[in-house]
Amino acid sequence: MKPIPFEYFAPTSTEEALEHLANLGYNGKVLAGGQSLIPAMNFRMARPGALVDLNGIPELAYIKPTADGGLAIGTMTRDSKVEHSPEVAQRFPLLLEVMPNIAHPQIRNRGTFGGSIAHADPAGQLPAISIVLNANLKVLKKGGERWVKAEEFFLGPFMTVLEPEEMLAEVVLPGLPPHTGSSYQQVSRQKGGYSLAAVASVVTLDTAGKCTSARMVMISVGDVPILSEAATRILVGQKPTPEAIAEVAEIAASKEIDPGTDIHATAEYRRHLVRVLVRRSLSTAFERAAK
Amino acid sequence: MAGRVFGQSIPRNEDPYLLTGQAKFIDDIELPGMLHAAFYRSDYAHARIKKIDVSEARKLPGVIAVYTAEDFGEFVRPGPLQVPPPTAIKGSIFHARPLMPIAKDKVRYSGEPLAVIIAENRYIAEDAMDYIVAELEPLPAVTDLEKALEPGAPLVHEDLESNLAALVKQERGNYEEAAAKADVVIKKKIYVDRGAGAAMENRGLVVNWDDRAREMTIWATTQAPIPLRNSIATRLGLFEEQVRVITPFIGGGFGPKIMTSQPDDVLLPIIAMWLKRPIKWIEDRRENFLATTSERDQIHYAEIALTRDGIILGVKDVFYHNTGAYDPYGMTVPLNTQTHTVSCYEVPNFYTEIRMVFTNEYVVTPVRGAGRPEGVFVMERLLDYAAQELGMDPAEIRRRNLLRKERFPYPTGIIGQDFVEGVLDSGDYPETLRRVMEVIEYEKFRKEIQPQLRAQGKHKGIGIVCFTEGTAVGPYEGARVTVGANGKVTVATGISTQGQGHFTVFAQIAAEQLGVDVKDVNVITGDTGHFHWGAGTFASRGMGVAGTAVYNAAVKVRQKALQFGARFLGVSEDEVELCDGKVCVKGDPSRSMPLGEIALKANPTRGTIEPGVEPGLEATAYFGPPYGATGAGAVAMIVDVDPETMAVNIEKFAIVHDCGTVVNPLLLEGQVMGGVHMGIGNAFYEKIKYDENGQLLTASLMDYLIPQATDMPKEMIVEHLETPSPLNPLGMKGVGEAGAIPTPACFMQALEDALYEYRLQIDETPLNPSRLWELVQQAPKK
Amino acid sequence: MTTHTIKVKVNGVEYVREVEPRRLLSDFLRHDLGLTGTHVGCEHGLCGACTILFDGEPVRSCLMFAVQANGHEVTTVEALGTPEKMHPLQEAFHEKHALQCGYCTPGFLMTLKPFLETHPNPTDEEIREAIDGNLCRCTGYEHIIEAVKLAAEKMATRS
Repeated sequence: MKPIPFEYFAPTSTEEALEHLANLGYNGKVLAGGQSLIPAMNFRMARPGALVDLNGIPELAYIKPTADGGLAIGTMTRDSKVEHSPEVAQRFPLLLEVMPNIAHPQIRNRGTFGGSIAHADPAGQLPAISIVLNANLKVLKKGGERWVKAEEFFLGPFMTVLEPEEMLAEVVLPGLPPHTGSSYQQVSRQKGGYSLAAVASVVTLDTAGKCTSARMVMISVGDVPILSEAATRILVGQKPTPEAIAEVAEIAASKEIDPGTDIHATAEYRRHLVRVLVRRSLSTAFERAAK
Repeated sequence: MAGRVFGQSIPRNEDPYLLTGQAKFIDDIELPGMLHAAFYRSDYAHARIKKIDVSEARKLPGVIAVYTAEDFGEFVRPGPLQVPPPTAIKGSIFHARPLMPIAKDKVRYSGEPLAVIIAENRYIAEDAMDYIVAELEPLPAVTDLEKALEPGAPLVHEDLESNLAALVKQERGNYEEAAAKADVVIKKKIYVDRGAGAAMENRGLVVNWDDRAREMTIWATTQAPIPLRNSIATRLGLFEEQVRVITPFIGGGFGPKIMTSQPDDVLLPIIAMWLKRPIKWIEDRRENFLATTSERDQIHYAEIALTRDGIILGVKDVFYHNTGAYDPYGMTVPLNTQTHTVSCYEVPNFYTEIRMVFTNEYVVTPVRGAGRPEGVFVMERLLDYAAQELGMDPAEIRRRNLLRKERFPYPTGIIGQDFVEGVLDSGDYPETLRRVMEVIEYEKFRKEIQPQLRAQGKHKGIGIVCFTEGTAVGPYEGARVTVGANGKVTVATGISTQGQGHFTVFAQIAAEQLGVDVKDVNVITGDTGHFHWGAGTFASRGMGVAGTAVYNAAVKVRQKALQFGARFLGVSEDEVELCDGKVCVKGDPSRSMPLGEIALKANPTRGTIEPGVEPGLEATAYFGPPYGATGAGAVAMIVDVDPETMAVNIEKFAIVHDCGTVVNPLLLEGQVMGGVHMGIGNAFYEKIKYDENGQLLTASLMDYLIPQATDMPKEMIVEHLETPSPLNPLGMKGVGEAGAIPTPACFMQALEDALYEYRLQIDETPLNPSRLWELVQQAPKK
Repeated sequence: MTTHTIKVKVNGVEYVREVEPRRLLSDFLRHDLGLTGTHVGCEHGLCGACTILFDGEPVRSCLMFAVQANGHEVTTVEALGTPEKMHPLQEAFHEKHALQCGYCTPGFLMTLKPFLETHPNPTDEEIREAIDGNLCRCTGYEHIIEAVKLAAEKMATRS
C-alpha cells in the first residue's frame, strides 16, 4: 500500500500555487490535508501525476469574522481549529455539533475545512454543511476569481465544478439571523465513521413563532448532499407543528432522496433513518430557535 | 494457591521495551542488501490461468526478479496439511486439499498469488504490478454454502465430485428417540459468521540465507515457530538444524498467525537461496484481509427437545461449515463447534453433523474462539427460543440444565480438535451463573429497574449466557530452565508470544520455585535456536501446557540446586532450603551459597562429576495432558437500544470466569477483556463479506469494523472463580479465547429483551443496525 | 524520479535527507531514520498505530508524505521516555496492564500525551473519545482508560 510516483510542488503563496495548477492541468491535483487523498493514493486508487501542496501557504488558513455576523474560513484551516474556535462556537453552533463527528482527533488535526468540501464525498459532512449554511465559495485560478454558491458546487460523488487549474480558496458563511436554531443528527456504525445517514437543519423563527427560513440537508442518501425543498415549502410561513415536521420527514424520505445499499446498510433502512433524523433534527432546531 | 510471586498481579517484564518503542518487531529488522517482496494477486475468485506475462515488470529499474508458478517447477506443489484429517472419528470423510503456495493453472480465491516480485524496496515492488499482464478466464464462483453442494454447482476442486470437503457425524445417546418423547421440540436455522483475527500488526517474514555457512535464519510473525522451521527445512531438503526461526515481538496473533506452508514461507526462502540476498515481506492491511486466514460462515439446522419443565432431552445440529478454497488446517474449527455446542449442559442425547464445504473464498482457520463461539451461539439461542416458548426466564432454563459439580470428570462422548474424546475435567458451572446474576443484579434489573424503564419508554435489555472453553490441549510443550553464573534464570520454551505476557507469567512460575525475583527471569519464546520441540501457541494452551512444562523444569532445577548446594555446603539435602536467591542451611542463614555460584560449580572445568549427574543448574521438562482442560464461565450484559435507529449502547458487561488456578490476576483480566472486545465485534461490527462473484468487499478497516473505545461497555466487571484442573500440577486452564465465546449469543438475547414489544428471534450473527431494523420490521408485535 | 532535500527536526535532532515525494512519513521515520517505535498498522488512517506529533499535534504519519515535514518538528514515542526512565503515562500503562502485544501502544501514547496536557482531569467519556481513533485488538480498552486516569494523577502530583 504505497503510492505511485508523482511530482511534488510546495508553493509558499497562493499565486505560486495557482501558477502550478495552471501549468499542470489535468495532471495536477491539490494536496490539502490529504486525509482522504493519501489513503486513496496508498490503495493506488488515486494516481495523480503531480501534487500541489497547499500546506506551506499560511495565508490560506484563517477564521475571520465578517460584518454580517458570519465567518470567512480559509480553505487550509484545519478541522480541529474550526472545532475549537470560539467564533465558530458563537456564530455557528451547528459546526460545533458537526466537527467531532468528522473522523478522529488525529485526522481533524490535519484535515482541512476547504479540502473536505472540495473532496465532495457524498458521505462527508462539510459539503452538506456548506449547503445548509448557504456558503459562498471563493474559487481561484491563475489570473481569475469566481464565487460559487455551495448549492451549485457539487456535481456528483467526488465531483465539483472546480476545473483542474482551479482551487477552492475560501468558504464564506453568511451570518444567521436572530432566533435561528440548528441541529445535526447522524447515525453511523461507529463514532467518527461514515454516516449511514445524517441530517442537518438550520431554521429561523419570527417573533410570533412562525418559521421564516428552513434549510435542511441530507447526507449519505444520494450522489451529493440533498437540500430539501419540502422543508422550505412546508415550514416557511407556518408554526412548526409536529405534524408539519412529520410531513417534511415523510416527503424527504420518500421523494427527495436516492439512497443506495452497501455492506453497512440497505437503502430501505437509510430511508427510514432519514424519516427519523429529519424529525429529530428539525424538532431540535426549532426548539433551539425558540430559546 | 497464590505464593510469593505466583498468583500475584505483577506488571509485565516486557512492558518497558514495548512502551518506549524499543521492542523489535518484524518490520524493524534491517539487513545489509535486503530486498523486498510483494505478491501480485488475482482479482478473480475463480478463474483458469491462460497466461501470465511478467516480462515488462522484470525490466523495471529496481526490480530484481519476478517469478510465476512455472519458475518454481516441481518446488511448487500443494501442502502439506498442517493439521491431519480426523481419522479418529469413525466414518468421517475428509478430502485433503492443502494450500497451493502460488496459483498454477487455476485461481481458487480472490487474492491468490499469481506472481511474486522482488525489488529494491516495497514501493518499486508495487510499481511492478502495473506491468504484469495476467490473462485469466473467469469461472462462476462458489460462495453459498448450501448451493455449493447442489448438483451442477461449479467445482472449486474439479477432481472432486462435489464441493463437500468433509463429512463428520457424531452422536451420543439417541436424539431421535429423545425427541419423540419430548414435550417441546424447537427447530431453527441459525446463521453464524465470524471474522478476521485482524491483529494490529500484519504478518511478515524476513529470510536470510548464509550461503557459506549453509544456514538460514527466518524472522517470522508466527504462532508456531517449530512447525514453521520444520516445514521450511523439509521443503528445502535441509536439516532442521540448518534453519532457525526467530519470532521478534509480535503485534497480536489471535489464530491466523499459526499457519505454515503459505506463499510467503514456501516461496521466499528458496528465492533468498537463489538470489543469495536477504528478503523481507511485510503484508499490508489489504493483503491481510485478502490472504491471511480468518473465520467465516456456518449454517446450522438445529433442534432442541425438552420437557415442559425446560429440561433438555436432546439436541441435534446439522451444519454447513465454510472452509474456503483449501483445507490445510484440517477440521479444527468445525470440530470445536461440535464439542462446544452442548458442553456446559446436561444433554443426554446429542447428534451433530459437519458438512464442510469448499468455496472460492480464502481459507478458514481458527480465530480467537475457533469454532467455539459458533457452537455456543447455537446452543444458547436454542435455549432462548425454548425459554420464550415455555415462558421461562432465560437464566432459569440455564440453571435447570447446567452440569452439576458432582458430574466431573464428565466424558462428553464427542471427539474434538485434539482427536480424543472430550472430558470436562472440573468446574462449578452453576456457581458461575449464580455469581454473574449477583454482580449484574439480575433479579433487581428484571423486577425493579426494567419495569420502570419501560414505563418511561426506554429500551434496555439484559442478556445472560453460559459457556465453556476447551483449552490447553496436547500434544505437548517443553521448557528448559537454566540458572546462570549471574544467579539469574533463563526459561526457554518452544511456543511463541503475541502479547499474552509469557515473559512475565512463565517468569512467575520459575521465580516461585527458585526463590528469585521475577525481573531476574529471562523468558525466551519463539526461537528454535533456543528450544526446538513443541507445537505452538493456539487453543489457549500457553499457560496450561507450556506453563506446566516450565513448572516441571523449574521444580527439577530447584531439586538440583538443593542437592548441589547441600553438597557444596557440606551438609545433607534435608538441611538446606532456598532463601532469596541462595541455598541456605536451615536455621543458619550465615551458611549459604548463591544460586549463581552453585551454577558455576555445577559446571566444573576439571575433576569429574558423579555418574548420573547432569551438569549445570539446568533442566528440561515436557508436559502433555491426556486431554484438554476446560474453563467455563457466565456472562451478562445490559444494552440500551434506540428503537428507531437501532443504535446500541452497551451499558454494562459482567463476566464470571473459571480458568482454574490464576497465575496473574492482572494479566488474566486483560485476556478476558480482550476476548470480550472481539466477541462484541463478532456480534455487531465485524463481518467479512464476499459478493456472489467471490470478490472481497471488506478489504480495509473502513469496511471491516473493529470496535473502538466508544463501542465498548461503559462498565466492565470481571470476576474469577478458581476450580483447579486435576490435569496439571498447578491446576491451570486456558483463558485466551474465553471472552469471545459467549458474547455474541448474550448480545442477541439482550437485544431481544430490549426490543420487548416485538416477538424477535434473532437467529444470526453478526448484526448491524440496518439488519437489526430489518429483523424488527419482519417480527410480529407482541 | 526526482528527489527533494528535506530538513526536519525529529525528537529534537535535525536531519537532512533526500526523499522521493511519495515516501510516506511513517516509512521515512522508521526506515530512513531508524525510529521504529512508530508502528504501521493499516496505511489508510484507520488504526492510529502510526500516530506521531507533528508540530506538537497528533497526526497519522501514514497519511503524510515525508517531504511535507520539511521545516517542521516531529516527535515520536522514542522521545517520551526510556525503559529506565519512563514517562508517567508509560508508567501508568505498565502498572494498569494497558498493553498486551504493544503494537498499537506508541500510537496511543502519542495521542494521549497532548490530550493529558489539555485535559489534566479527564472523564471516562473524554478519554474514550480521545482514543477513539486508535484501535487496540488486545485490551478491550478498559485498562487503557484506567491507565489514562492513573497517568493524570501521576502528572498532577509531579507538576
